[in-house]
Amino acid sequence: MSLRRLRWCAVGVLVALAACGGGSDTTGSTTVSNVTSVFAAGGPNVVTMTVTSGPPASTQNVINIPYVSVTVCSSSTSCATIDHVLVDTGSSGLRLLHSALQASGITLTQQTDPANQLDTLAECLPFAGGYSWGVTASADIRIGGESASNVPVQVIDDDGSYAPAVPKSCKAYGVNETVSSLDANGLLGVSVLAQDCGIHCASLANNGRYFSCSASACAPAAAPLQNQVVNPATLFATDNNGVILQLPAIPAAGAPSATGYLVFGIGTQNNNGLGTATVLASDNNGEFVTSFNGQMLSGSFIDSGSNGLYFTDSGLPMCQGSATQFYCPATTQDLSATNQSQTGVLLPTSFSVANVQALSKSNFALDDVAGGLGSNVNLTGNYFDWGLPFFYGRTVYVAIEGMTAGGSMGPYYAY
Amino acid sequence: MTQTNRGTVLACCLAGAWMGLCLPATVLAHLGGDAASVHNDRAALSGQLRTSSMLQYDAHEMTLPSGTVVHEYVARSGAVFAISWQGPSPPDLSQLLGAYFPRFTDAASAAAQGQHGLRRQLSSVQADFVVQSVAHLRTFRGKAYVPSLVPDGVAVEQLP
Repeated sequence: MSLRRLRWCAVGVLVALAACGGGSDTTGSTTVSNVTSVFAAGGPNVVTMTVTSGPPASTQNVINIPYVSVTVCSSSTSCATIDHVLVDTGSSGLRLLHSALQASGITLTQQTDPANQLDTLAECLPFAGGYSWGVTASADIRIGGESASNVPVQVIDDDGSYAPAVPKSCKAYGVNETVSSLDANGLLGVSVLAQDCGIHCASLANNGRYFSCSASACAPAAAPLQNQVVNPATLFATDNNGVILQLPAIPAAGAPSATGYLVFGIGTQNNNGLGTATVLASDNNGEFVTSFNGQMLSGSFIDSGSNGLYFTDSGLPMCQGSATQFYCPATTQDLSATNQSQTGVLLPTSFSVANVQALSKSNFALDDVAGGLGSNVNLTGNYFDWGLPFFYGRTVYVAIEGMTAGGSMGPYYAY
Repeated sequence: MTQTNRGTVLACCLAGAWMGLCLPATVLAHLGGDAASVHNDRAALSGQLRTSSMLQYDAHEMTLPSGTVVHEYVARSGAVFAISWQGPSPPDLSQLLGAYFPRFTDAASAAAQGQHGLRRQLSSVQADFVVQSVAHLRTFRGKAYVPSLVPDGVAVEQLP
């Protein structure tokens, strides 16, 4: 591949990217080898990101999860590299399972509550049906050639090693999320927001997330911004205004794995410019309007942590028996929606929905996977969740709130 | 059990007996509870309450100290038939779902056995309990209802 063409790929032109993504058979035959994208100018700000099977401890085969490896250090001499960390544009901050840290022989330094140095600062991260609970810690981290010191991270207490009991108000969110349900050794949250909670948790003790814990009990606590679990990219020396995710186009039948890149910084180096990508400015919550089927879905977002596209379409039948969160149309449906930037720019975006039950179980990278809300009753569905399938064949920019990136102010997505 | 709790449970049993609904005595207030249970929720969650009356139901809007807004909908029969929430953190769902909370956690556990990795959304549709929940960044939204308690003609999906 010529240097010129490599550069063409790097700037993220979609058509060119589709043409240059893939080092193997991408013609849609039934046996397809792993697919690799080509981010031209490698560098210290570029790390490999792979959609593949989960960590050995996981007992299930979850599709469409992009992983990177992250090195964490408790001191300059005590470091460990944690693999299978899920790259998540739908959350902020690095969260690692205690069991994974322990297996790697590293103990991170717990953060104390700044208001009470005798106590530790813990967090209850809410999910739709549960929570991840654990102490926050301060770690030096390295991802590829990027590094930052004293990064607040969460140590997810998946093995009950953190002494105080889970607070009642945390348990009240539902079930405890651990490796078997996350299918990862941790999360690398690289959303458009810097801290996971922001001013809400800094100004309010009863914020529903942060707790000050003694050895035996926890109480709600405010967490200053500098102590909150934060997108680590914001603490890198230079490439700190956002990230880029690039995954190759894959065949309709899927691929066993797909390898692309996570790139730090936007317009900060000669390899991470916006190129011809269109900016999709979000609101302050990282959400934007998607118009689809005549609906204006104002809470929409782009989320590499969702393993399918999720939206409500009463015209698509849900799968029966297995994979029941997904749609199972008789034939693949080619659809489109339009994303609306806060600036007024419209981005028509097409996608396909296949019958997921008909796709190979050995393929972990599947492009045409979409799910609904389990029924045609739409109670909360004022959103379109552009999950991982959106990323195949695209270069997606995620610019952090309050930062100038490539000439535009975050928060924004671009593609 | 306190006197207040006993009174609540008694009221619940009286109000709900005709529809075969009588919830465990340990439950303070919840989906499926009675109108008095809304005030127990308000007290338990330290919320600010505002009530508006519709033809077929009363809508109680509670703003919690966390900033999260909870709605509880009470039918003319006296039963809480639906709840919803939106805000920077989820409300205490064990409090608000009461006897239905185990159904919620069962649904979340079942979802964990499916093909999901991260679950930004949870949905469970059962004959007598429906819940949907969405979590994204700093925004949490959800709604739950008991189909058999919904007054005729009320479209739950259109309730705030």
